[in-house]
Amino acid sequence: MNITRGFTGLRRGERAGLPPGQYDAREEWPVLSAEVTPELSPSDWSFRLGGLVAEPREWDWEAAHRLPSDTFEGDIHCVTGWSRSGMRFGGVCLDVFLRACRPLASATHAVAYAHTGYTAGLPLADLTDGRAWIVWECDGEPLTPEHGGPARLVVPHLYFWKSVKWVAGLELLDHDSPGFWERNGYHARGNPWEEQRYSGD
Amino acid sequence: MTEPTTRTSRPFSPPTRFAVPARVPVDTPEATRWRTATLTEIRRETARAATFRLAVPGWPGHLPGQHLHLRLTAPDGYTAQRHYSLASAPDDRGHVEVTLDHVEGGEVSGWFHTRARPGDTVEVRGPLSGFFAWAGDRPALLLGGGSGVVPLMSMVRHHRARDLTVPLRLFVSARRPEELIYAGEYGAETTAVFTRSAPAGVPVGRLTAARLAPSLSDPPAGGWEAYVCGSNAFAEHASRLLAAGGQPVERIRVERFG
Repeated sequence: MNITRGFTGLRRGERAGLPPGQYDAREEWPVLSAEVTPELSPSDWSFRLGGLVAEPREWDWEAAHRLPSDTFEGDIHCVTGWSRSGMRFGGVCLDVFLRACRPLASATHAVAYAHTGYTAGLPLADLTDGRAWIVWECDGEPLTPEHGGPARLVVPHLYFWKSVKWVAGLELLDHDSPGFWERNGYHARGNPWEEQRYSGD
Repeated sequence: MTEPTTRTSRPFSPPTRFAVPARVPVDTPEATRWRTATLTEIRRETARAATFRLAVPGWPGHLPGQHLHLRLTAPDGYTAQRHYSLASAPDDRGHVEVTLDHVEGGEVSGWFHTRARPGDTVEVRGPLSGFFAWAGDRPALLLGGGSGVVPLMSMVRHHRARDLTVPLRLFVSARRPEELIYAGEYGAETTAVFTRSAPAGVPVGRLTAARLAPSLSDPPAGGWEAYVCGSNAFAEHASRLLAAGGQPVERIRVERFG
């Protein structure tokens, strides 16, 4: 351990309940994306589930909104170090979409992709059992374009680069397929509690 | 049911244009090792920003545009970590530089600006991320706002140090001349834009489509690779100007900070 002379730390009180190495962004919700924010209206949005499923399906805005609504309330964690607590996202649990398509037994992973082409690779087990959502509301308001509106994926138990903005679909695979940041040196899974930031972590 | 084997190993590509490939292979085992770095020099840039030069034994080298992960540790083991863009061009003497704004209440930048002195040690790892890296091989159109110019300056310095002839243009936005980081280093490749106050004869205002138009209407052979870095407000504005001006969106790389 290298001690930094004169460093005592300012934010200790805020560390409680946060994964290691994270700080509390409080009311801030930083925008992080590597691309130009797309101009995507709800009528242009769709969500497709394909790959290793018995029945590939596609939902448009209206069809997705007819599904049973659900809410995630809790914390999110960005690999760049900030966390934000008490988020409330409204949308549909991903299990609802998956049940409609019936994933094949061989499906073990997924690539989540955006209408822009951004991708994230995920183990399928991280997307099931009430742990992932397609959302279009945050704190009761429509999700803004900068934060992934009209709709994004939210996988709150992983670093937030997995929560693909402007989500367009999921492709189910029988192998891990690195997405955009995983190809740029980030961890394949990205569990904040184990500080899986980079692929050597 | 029998699963169709033809689907199992099919590579998947998203049905859209983005997904810019990584520019450089990311040397993970070397890049993710924490190293003790020694502060060797502090240079004031503006009233709010200073450059911190670090000697990093074993630093694997970097490309302009990459960043490092920096960690401070208190005597009782408490740590604080931040990501910072590398400001320096690749340096074979094992040194890197970062330029930090003094963020009000900033836990890490506060230590650097009020306590740090040459001889102090911190921990760093990197270089990280291949996405924003520029290898000096393609024409580069750089748009930076505030301290967002830091990774872009690494590119400008690299271009100069290697006498590269590939076209490079930098647009840098600052509130006022006294807040312009690296003010003494810019040359003919740079256009500075001032949003609050400007030197006599220089207009005050945001970066405009008209300022970018000459570069976008007459791009170099092969087209520009555009790099945008700054606050989210600047990044939104600048990246939209580029797209509206005809720069292909899949060749706009954006790095934002909150």
